[in-house]
Amino acid sequence: MEERPQVLVLGIGNLLWADEGFGVRAVEALHRGFVFPEHVTLMDGGTQGIYLIEHVRNADVLVVLDAIDYGLAPGTLKVIEQDEVPKFLGAKKMSLHQTGFQEVLAMADMLGDLPQHLCLIGVQPVELDDFGGSLRDVVKRQIGPAGELVLEYLARFGVNPHRLLHPLPDTATLSSPEFALALYEGERPSESEACRIGDPRVLASAAAPSATEDP
Amino acid sequence: MAIQTPNGFNLDTSGKRVVVDPLTRIEGHMRCEVNIGPDNIIHNAVSTGTMWRGLEVILKGRDPRDAWAFTQRICGVCTGTHALTSVRAVEDALDIKIPENANSIRNIMQLSLQIHDHLVHFYHLHALDWVNPVNALKADPKATSELQQKVSPKHPKSSPGYFRDVQNRLKRFVESGQLGPFKNGYWDNPAYLLPPEADLMATTHYLEALDFQSQIMKTRVIFGGKDPHPNWIVGGVPCAINVDGVGAVGAINMERLNFVSDVINQTTEFVENVYIPDIIAIGNLYKGWLYGGGLSGKSVLAYGDIPENANDYSAANLLLPQGAVINGNLKEVHPVDLRDPEQIQEFVPHSWYRYPDEKVGLHPWDGITVPHYELGPNAKGTKTNIIELDENAKYSWIKAPRWRGHAMEVGPLARYVVGYASGHKEITEQINATLAALNVPIDALFSTLGRTAARALEAQRCCHLQRHFMDKLIARIKAGDSSTANVERWDPETWPKEAKGVGFSEAPRGALAHWIKIKDTKIDNYQCVVPTTWNGSPRDNEGNIGAFEASLMDTKVERPEEPVEILRTIHSFDPCLACSTHVMSEDGRELARVKVR
Repeated sequence: MEERPQVLVLGIGNLLWADEGFGVRAVEALHRGFVFPEHVTLMDGGTQGIYLIEHVRNADVLVVLDAIDYGLAPGTLKVIEQDEVPKFLGAKKMSLHQTGFQEVLAMADMLGDLPQHLCLIGVQPVELDDFGGSLRDVVKRQIGPAGELVLEYLARFGVNPHRLLHPLPDTATLSSPEFALALYEGERPSESEACRIGDPRVLASAAAPSATEDP
Repeated sequence: MAIQTPNGFNLDTSGKRVVVDPLTRIEGHMRCEVNIGPDNIIHNAVSTGTMWRGLEVILKGRDPRDAWAFTQRICGVCTGTHALTSVRAVEDALDIKIPENANSIRNIMQLSLQIHDHLVHFYHLHALDWVNPVNALKADPKATSELQQKVSPKHPKSSPGYFRDVQNRLKRFVESGQLGPFKNGYWDNPAYLLPPEADLMATTHYLEALDFQSQIMKTRVIFGGKDPHPNWIVGGVPCAINVDGVGAVGAINMERLNFVSDVINQTTEFVENVYIPDIIAIGNLYKGWLYGGGLSGKSVLAYGDIPENANDYSAANLLLPQGAVINGNLKEVHPVDLRDPEQIQEFVPHSWYRYPDEKVGLHPWDGITVPHYELGPNAKGTKTNIIELDENAKYSWIKAPRWRGHAMEVGPLARYVVGYASGHKEITEQINATLAALNVPIDALFSTLGRTAARALEAQRCCHLQRHFMDKLIARIKAGDSSTANVERWDPETWPKEAKGVGFSEAPRGALAHWIKIKDTKIDNYQCVVPTTWNGSPRDNEGNIGAFEASLMDTKVERPEEPVEILRTIHSFDPCLACSTHVMSEDGRELARVKVR
């Protein structure tokens, strides 16, 4: 390990799919509430999959924030480390990006550049299938605690960011100001104007994993 | 019992039904079902999008200047292209003219994405349909080195020692049981035809491309300000130019322009010394496998892109060609007008939506998106667990877009067919040189392999176009023009009460357009017709089958329970999939089911 390891805190997920946006929202909150030293990068990874590989390869310490289907009570936070991480990144059925990220780790490994330290901080989502929706309250309340878990983990590597007395405003986003939470939630068209349901099979397979498997 | 579709395919639903599901995720899931006869040939094909996207409806009431950011999040792959198309739609609606520099920078970014996507598509999403990394373990590194020097003498990485190292690395991966991206292939399927040396060479380039590809993105990071998710702006590009600036944050200075210029050179080298020679080498060994042409030899559509001069989207000003070819008549290229209500229409009789009158199609400006999910009377299974679709009823979340009533293929091959039929000099020369190198006739172009080759040729041409716009940009900057955005009409108070516009582009995987209606400064209607809507289209009123469906017809499948041929052809369209052709279930097994009935 180098003296000042390169650290990447990466929020992944799709902002447009309700609790799928948790990872990005959580990393945004860290960005607004703290000043990190230069060797720490906070990133909104969205659903970029393979296009994130360079950032993953450059990291010695990688912390991934995401919504993960652990089969726990909704809103539960769970921390996974090292070899367990890829397994859990492949766990979710609904995700629009995750299988991609599992593969990104495998590709980084093939190139000999898998980060030495891997940590996945995930929240059990309430609702994914609500296109155009935002985080559910129980998940939103875990943004702060998830951030604390990130700080706890990073402290092992001597990273102690400066906590801002007055966090930056909602509009200070990593993603883009168009995705400021208040704007995103406030401008949402009503349900009567814009149907919010998805494919019932997606809902069903999220509830009953066996439905997608061979009999 | 065979029936002939108006677009010339003989459908026969006897034989066993094979289901491949899902083929892709991200922009919706995809599934296909085919009927395979006792001759192991596909006589009926059904492709369906199994997840509803509905981006249109979440934009209603939002600020049109923000739409690009939302459309950029639809999918993880064509982010920049959606953003570009969105700002073009808003500029068209509000009659906003962008500066020449903004046009050059947007073109460089769009070309960069095009090349990046083509390269990653070929090596990381498609190559393993042709290349067998497990067979590569049997290769002789010395013979591989000789092969490499023969197919591409200019590529420096060609020593026997280099290939031995890669082979050892692969061996470790395979032996540890963690095949990673190579997991779940049908590695002993007779559809794989390459000798071990070609497999080792191509697998090595899989790794080289993985290492190199992130370099290509740096262009978009410099002009877009950040990575991932570069910034866009209605009226131009959100980057200032300060050519004398030293290390200025955000501003484009000479140092950064030189950096981009270097990236363009390196990319051109990689495409010309690795990608193109691989396509020729692999194409040569597979040139007996000419399935998968589908609609490409019949009906293809390109909207065109890369305007030479800013704000002129007419065909003559577009460097990626625009036009439509129908009924296989290469002698005539029809003009395409995205505003004409008679040209592009979407139909839903076989899609899970409801129109007041489903006999007619709707132009996207008048498009409606009302979901209506029901299975046909002959479907098997339930709404939440479909076993077999009924393609005579509604069977897909994808609408059926048609151009003057014709089902069309879009994408690199469509663009190259339109270019060839238009007599475009550079495109025709590229195609003729490739056909000559492989010693095949023009008909060979209309195939899965032709689609894959056209993508490579286009990547090469895009490199040259990038150089052109880079030189143009630098010349203008040197002449004192540093303008990058026009914000005269940024303030909504300057907008008309009602406006409508269309923005189009050529996404890596095909023609893309967004139609917008603005009312009282907010979005009133927003419709995207994405490339995979064209290619993945279900049947229409007349019974015409879509491009994916057509491409699978008459293909011989060596082992129906391992349909590598189906994957090969569908993947050749570069459907909007994540960075993965594999989808894992919770215990890491492949979720993509193959069922034979």
